Amino acid sequence: MGNTLILEFEKPIVELEKRIEELKIFARERDLDLSDEINNLQVRCDKLKRDIYSSLNSWQRIQLVRHPQRPTALELIDLIFDDFFEMHGDRLFGEDSAMIGGIALFKGEPVTVIAPQKGRDTKENIERNFGLPHPEGYRKAIRLMKQAEKFGRPVITLVDVVGAYPGIAAEERGQGPAIAEAITVMGSLQVPTIAIITGEGGSGGALALAMGNRVLMLENAYYSVISPESASIILYKNDQHAKEAAEALKITSRDLLEMHVIDEIIPEPLGGAHKDPKQMANLVKEALDRNLSILKALSKEELVASRYERFRVLGAIAAQ
Amino acid sequence: MFKDLFRSKPKYVTVRPNRQQDFSEKKEIPDGLWVKCDKCSNILYKKDLERSFSVCPKCGFHFVLSAAKRIEQIADENSFEEMDADLETADPLGFPSYMEKLKKYQEESKMKDAVITGRAKIGGIKTVLIVIDFNFMRGSMNTVVGEKIVRAFETAVKEELPVVVISGGGGGARMQEGVLSLMQMARTCLAVEKHSQAGLLYIAVLTQATMGGVYASFASQADIILAEPGALIGFAGPRIIEQTMKQSLPEGFQTAEYVHDHGHIDHIVARPFLKDTLAHLLAWHVR
Repeated sequence: MGNTLILEFEKPIVELEKRIEELKIFARERDLDLSDEINNLQVRCDKLKRDIYSSLNSWQRIQLVRHPQRPTALELIDLIFDDFFEMHGDRLFGEDSAMIGGIALFKGEPVTVIAPQKGRDTKENIERNFGLPHPEGYRKAIRLMKQAEKFGRPVITLVDVVGAYPGIAAEERGQGPAIAEAITVMGSLQVPTIAIITGEGGSGGALALAMGNRVLMLENAYYSVISPESASIILYKNDQHAKEAAEALKITSRDLLEMHVIDEIIPEPLGGAHKDPKQMANLVKEALDRNLSILKALSKEELVASRYERFRVLGAIAAQ
Repeated sequence: MFKDLFRSKPKYVTVRPNRQQDFSEKKEIPDGLWVKCDKCSNILYKKDLERSFSVCPKCGFHFVLSAAKRIEQIADENSFEEMDADLETADPLGFPSYMEKLKKYQEESKMKDAVITGRAKIGGIKTVLIVIDFNFMRGSMNTVVGEKIVRAFETAVKEELPVVVISGGGGGARMQEGVLSLMQMARTCLAVEKHSQAGLLYIAVLTQATMGGVYASFASQADIILAEPGALIGFAGPRIIEQTMKQSLPEGFQTAEYVHDHGHIDHIVARPFLKDTLAHLLAWHVR
């Protein structure tokens, strides 16, 4: 990728890569054999990458999942599923392009796929309201979930959303009730539900689509009750402490696995999903396939009961 | 008379002599003989205010009530049996300065956390009553609030009882317990759904203020949704909306009346009528 945005913590890697490139050119121009030096640097560079990317703090991971080149839902859907057929509208008020949904094939079998959709550039972001859904987006999701249940299709959600849109019209049309209903409906479906947090898991707007029998999460994704910036404003009266707030909120995939909020971490290609979307999709496919076959063996009643139990224990306080 | 209970715009000044009670120890009304109304700034005689259910006799402003006072106004005398009174948070994230803050609220309110749940009779009908106290960390939902609500709905299913929720949750999901507070939205929604599938009645009364994760979960999933006049009800906070949209908000935005006019509330009920309204609705659903 040519003009990839370079994040602050990636600078040492980029520096080293530049030196290797320069050395290669120098060797070619002077016709020198510098392959030992170049190999050495390459080994150092690979180690540096592994070191940096494996020890990212919460704030650095947030920057990675907000990377402008991070694959959006549509790109991932294209790589994970076949023949995605999109369906529009909530049949109540309108069409919300910040939320997409439809039927696709996974390993030859139809599934319902639902996801908030961010834009890939400014123009697309304006069209898609920066991937911030209105109530009609959540109601479209609810409609498609019920459709999936009717036809016995599993529901797969890909969740990358800063949050539900905070706006006048959104409030007037019932953003709160729409989210509550999506939580309830997805949480009660008699078909397998798998949620994959692929980027930003922003509060209620993400939870509305994350009521999975299994909740999977990409390595660098976060899932939080509040954005670190907003938490910083509440705690420190300004947004300059988002980094500390991000740590305190415990929002990384590892934190959440420990708390059993998620069931599994899907590893990302070195440096993040955007470095190799195809490999990312393959890793998702593997996890999806494995989890789906476990869930397919369960009866409708077992699916509903085990999902209830899965969420029943989260933050439960022992009987006193 | 009965019709009067369901007027869409009741006058708020009505005082019913037969419902006068001794409202001593009203901590939410400042000490002293006189109180200034937050809305109309009129100086009110404290005893008058207490007799009028903490509703300003001049302008109808509904003062915020503590959970204890709420229960006193709604439950039949001596009928309330509290459940799970001792549940306390374990500070699951070890969040900076959370426990100190919590201790302060606990000492002030004599409550362990922001919700009181229990069995009660309302107009003689056995009900599970859930009351959130806005004074306790703005009535925000954490693991304790979630747990107690889930247990209360599960008890109601087991004992085939209706549920009445008096919500108040200006803080939505409580930040200091992070994603585990968020998960309480999931748990409470599913508990409500189980209760609903058992064919049982759930009435929510949305009071000042019902926002964020509280409104976007159990509070908006009731069979019948009532609201107190003037209560702030919504998903996103007004300041966030203003910042996002870079425009000023319409008059009365996110008040109970505004939300009612946009189709999300069944009936606005002034506080002096609340107990009778609940009693009638409950009576119609006795199985």
